[in-house]
Amino acid sequence: MSKVSIIQKTHRESCGLCHTKLKNFGVTIGRTEILRDIDLHIQCGELTALVGPNGAGKTTLLKAILGEIRHTGELSFLDAGDCRRNPVVGYVPQRLDFDPGSPVSVLDLFSACLSSWPVCLVHSRRRRERVSAGLASVQAEHLLDRRLGDLSGGELQRVLLAMALEPNPDLLLLDEPVSGIDVQGKEIFYDLVSNLRKQYDLSIILVSHDWSLVSNHADRIVLLDRTVQRCGTPQEVFSDERILRTYGPAISKDTEQTFLKPRLIHNGGVRA
Amino acid sequence: MMETWYALVNHLLPFAWTQHTFMKNALLAVLLVSPLFAIMGTMVVNNKMAFFSDTIGHSALTGIAIGVLLGFQDPLWIMVIFSVLLALAISVLKTLTNASTDTTIGAVSATMVALGIVILSRGGGFNKFSRFLVGDLLSINPDEVLLLAFTLAGVVILWGVMFNKFLLVSVNPSLAHSRGIPVRLIDTLFCITTAVIVTISIQWVGILIINSLLILPAAAARNISRSMRQYHVASLLITFTSGIAGLLMSYYWSTATGATIVLFAALFYLGTLLVKPRFA
Repeated sequence: MSKVSIIQKTHRESCGLCHTKLKNFGVTIGRTEILRDIDLHIQCGELTALVGPNGAGKTTLLKAILGEIRHTGELSFLDAGDCRRNPVVGYVPQRLDFDPGSPVSVLDLFSACLSSWPVCLVHSRRRRERVSAGLASVQAEHLLDRRLGDLSGGELQRVLLAMALEPNPDLLLLDEPVSGIDVQGKEIFYDLVSNLRKQYDLSIILVSHDWSLVSNHADRIVLLDRTVQRCGTPQEVFSDERILRTYGPAISKDTEQTFLKPRLIHNGGVRA
Repeated sequence: MMETWYALVNHLLPFAWTQHTFMKNALLAVLLVSPLFAIMGTMVVNNKMAFFSDTIGHSALTGIAIGVLLGFQDPLWIMVIFSVLLALAISVLKTLTNASTDTTIGAVSATMVALGIVILSRGGGFNKFSRFLVGDLLSINPDEVLLLAFTLAGVVILWGVMFNKFLLVSVNPSLAHSRGIPVRLIDTLFCITTAVIVTISIQWVGILIINSLLILPAAAARNISRSMRQYHVASLLITFTSGIAGLLMSYYWSTATGATIVLFAALFYLGTLLVKPRFA
């Protein structure tokens, strides 16, 4: 299924959510301060990439936005008229920890998210078709009746993305969603996500180590290390002397390659 | 109502063993306990809560002891209240301490058994409580059968409303949370349900083996199923078959019914383990 038809499939008005505001945001677990003094303003239709070293608190930030971890400071979701509202948040975790021996099929898990009709009973044809269409949007419709434990890492991530897109989210949180997927899969994934964002005005926060892909697709880069170290367009962030010094040659090499010859990386590069 | 059942059994199953009223009661009890344990057990296994339900079972001893101390003849309600409180305590402990869940539960389990034994063995009178250890399904009376029927109806309704939420929480709490499910509430609700059902069934099944009856059919069904529906159908078939076979054999062999049922369930587990490679 082509990307255009996927987007046509998901009829949708522009979401009411306009921006997500984090003010003086922090997370402390036990006595460890993981994040502090974060001020971020995420506009609708924007793809914000969170980058930073391991242990910088990227996943923690996503979980705090989800409400799974307590935070200090202010987190507000505002619509065009600056009124607070509860957004639909889609979330694709870094890695889904589950019992691989569990007899849960993709159809079971997906329909459990969509309706409250017990999935241990018969699946109605309508629900089957809806799940199948959802999976088709990430080219995974053949996985419908597979057991969750039998999926490969990349297949599982695609199923999780399809689930996060149904119902259509206002805010999509992606935690290294493509870390286990091959180059072609990454391309499909990023193109799909970029298109969704442009079409529907949804905000996306993406955690990634994949500097080259991020600088091609993201509107904004947030470099996180305990707090926001730098925030700006990919060009601004990756040309910042201080960042290059602190985060070493790995970044500069990455960005150089990206800006000079992006096609080469896309066709042949296998990036971590 | 029981008369209809007796007439039905006399008509459909005109065998020697169905001549006794206690066998008719027990058969009805088996037919009610089987689906109850089948659907509870599948979710307990999904949630990796086998140790939790075991602890609730063992702690019934303390529940009985508290009932006896308070001077109740039939301590069932005290036992139920006690096990619900215990289930709540364990789920609070789970969230408060970062220690592994089995450590927390293990500590609670042993303490509760010890406390129960100490109280009940005061003055050397423990023997009269040993019926709780082994359980006696054949002694069930029509009122108790009715209680089981209501419990089953309650669980079926709860499952109808909450099954998907229970399932999502059991697969991955973070994922469930992102779908707007109040994870801790659902988790606690499931713990309480498990506690109530284990405690209600314990005097007929027995403290020592109740957990096997809960876990074995689900574990066996898991070996041969690839979706939630197959899992539940297989689990139901296994509990019904082993329940009826166990009841019959315990009659002919004069053995404890609960334990005989568990042995049949164990046979199913072994059997499915052998054919597992074909389904995996």
